Amino acid sequence: MIEQLRKDFPLLHTQVDEQTLCYFDSAATTQKPQSVIDAVNKFYQQENANVHRGAHTLSAAATTQYEAVRTKLADFLNVAAKEVVWTKGATDSLNLIAYGLSDKLNKEDIILISPLEHHANIVPWQQAAHRTGARIETLPISPQGILDLEASKQLIKTLQPKILSVCHASNALGNIHDVASLIDIASRCGTITVVDGAQSFLHLRPDLTALGCDFFVFSAHKALGPTGVGGLFGRYELLNDMPVYQTGGEMIERVSFSGTTFRDAPGKFEPGTPNISGVIGFGAALDYLNAIDDSALAHYEQCLYRYLVDALSDIGGVKIWGDIKQNIGVVSFTYKDEHHFDIATFLNTYGVAVRSGHHCTQPLMEHLSLSGTVRVSLAFYNSYQDIDTFIDALKDTIDMLEE
Amino acid sequence: MDITQIQNRLNSLSGWQAKYREIMMLGKKLPALPEALKTPDALVQGCESNVWLHLDLDENQERLVLIADSDTRIVKGLLAIILATYNNLLPHEAKEVDAYELFEEMGLIKHLSPSRGNGVKAIIERIKAQVNAFQ
Repeated sequence: MIEQLRKDFPLLHTQVDEQTLCYFDSAATTQKPQSVIDAVNKFYQQENANVHRGAHTLSAAATTQYEAVRTKLADFLNVAAKEVVWTKGATDSLNLIAYGLSDKLNKEDIILISPLEHHANIVPWQQAAHRTGARIETLPISPQGILDLEASKQLIKTLQPKILSVCHASNALGNIHDVASLIDIASRCGTITVVDGAQSFLHLRPDLTALGCDFFVFSAHKALGPTGVGGLFGRYELLNDMPVYQTGGEMIERVSFSGTTFRDAPGKFEPGTPNISGVIGFGAALDYLNAIDDSALAHYEQCLYRYLVDALSDIGGVKIWGDIKQNIGVVSFTYKDEHHFDIATFLNTYGVAVRSGHHCTQPLMEHLSLSGTVRVSLAFYNSYQDIDTFIDALKDTIDMLEE
Repeated sequence: MDITQIQNRLNSLSGWQAKYREIMMLGKKLPALPEALKTPDALVQGCESNVWLHLDLDENQERLVLIADSDTRIVKGLLAIILATYNNLLPHEAKEVDAYELFEEMGLIKHLSPSRGNGVKAIIERIKAQVNAFQ
């Protein structure tokens, strides 16, 4: 099955610097299947028109397609279409939510996040805290960078935060969080729950009704779709209750100089011409994902991950950070005191593309007393051969560094 | 090795592994900066790795003296190349140097395109600014 799927991703078969590409940076952005690329091209070649206006055929067709993807996504996440807002991506979504919920915050309130959050799930809350006087607290994690679930539940009960915002899976370490059990406790405390699903969307395909969160954010490009588009789910009453974030055309009901009224959600959060081709491309990505057996895919990803962790663990001096039991397929490692940049740069000369650095999680790196790690992030289109290539390249790299 | 020797050496090597290995070796030969000189004001902003750079005139107040260090081996190697380029030049000579062109001639520019990762751009900009301040 995997060999067949790999064929759908043209970039996996190209040469980079005369080397066959081993792409291990899917947590940054996934590669795109041909069907997604084709959908974007087809839109511009045959279907291009603006949405939600114009009586002409192309505009009507574009609107139908665009709105159909909203429904498709809602089905994928098991929520209602009117609860889905298109944004530029997870970062944009988190900014919108943090701004939108600010009205509910005052200086007595607590915003609870985890130390494993991406900067995008920290800084917008800091800004909200600056505006409102609310304070930010963090959930407890181990020295290894693993969330302490029981202590976290206890802390939620003790602090009774106004907002809890946590990642479903860590982008830096790959740890999967049992957000459902945190949400369960938080909801009983009247806490508004926000889940950063940027990393979990592809690997865990969350059912948001089962998860029970109030908000969920994601980026299309981390789930086979185009860059520059993503979205959020918001439980309708909460979502529609939030004030508008950005304003302009499209999102209004009626504009006059004596006052303007806005559409209901999701429309009121989508000012201006949206990323139509991006949404349509993402629709093709959802079709692609819906057509494959997701449990078989998840099983394969976990086998690949085990294979990678075992091979890496056999190399003396390598330290793997984070939770290797519950993981979406991300390995963050260091080798002795060697700098992550040197390792990643040498690996690149073998065609192995990894990420190095702090992965936009500086507070986490500080907690781990690291300047950064080398991050190998897997997707279902990776092969065992890719991992063998990586391990061989890493051994050569280590030899070179220790020369 | 002076800059011409470095250039010849790197040009004679084929393949990125060999080139980077050589760059790393150049870095190894560069003396470590004493901890006391790794001051915040010596830190070059805009590099993802730490780069410390001091630039001054020699005791006759004529020629450039540069010392630098980095916590990554490859960037330290790149610093060795940059230092070999600028050290001992008169300020007006240094102004004529195009370090990018040099990296391009060595076939490195494709990999070392201005990025925060290696910080080459930031390092060269810093040197240029300090050289200009001498005149």
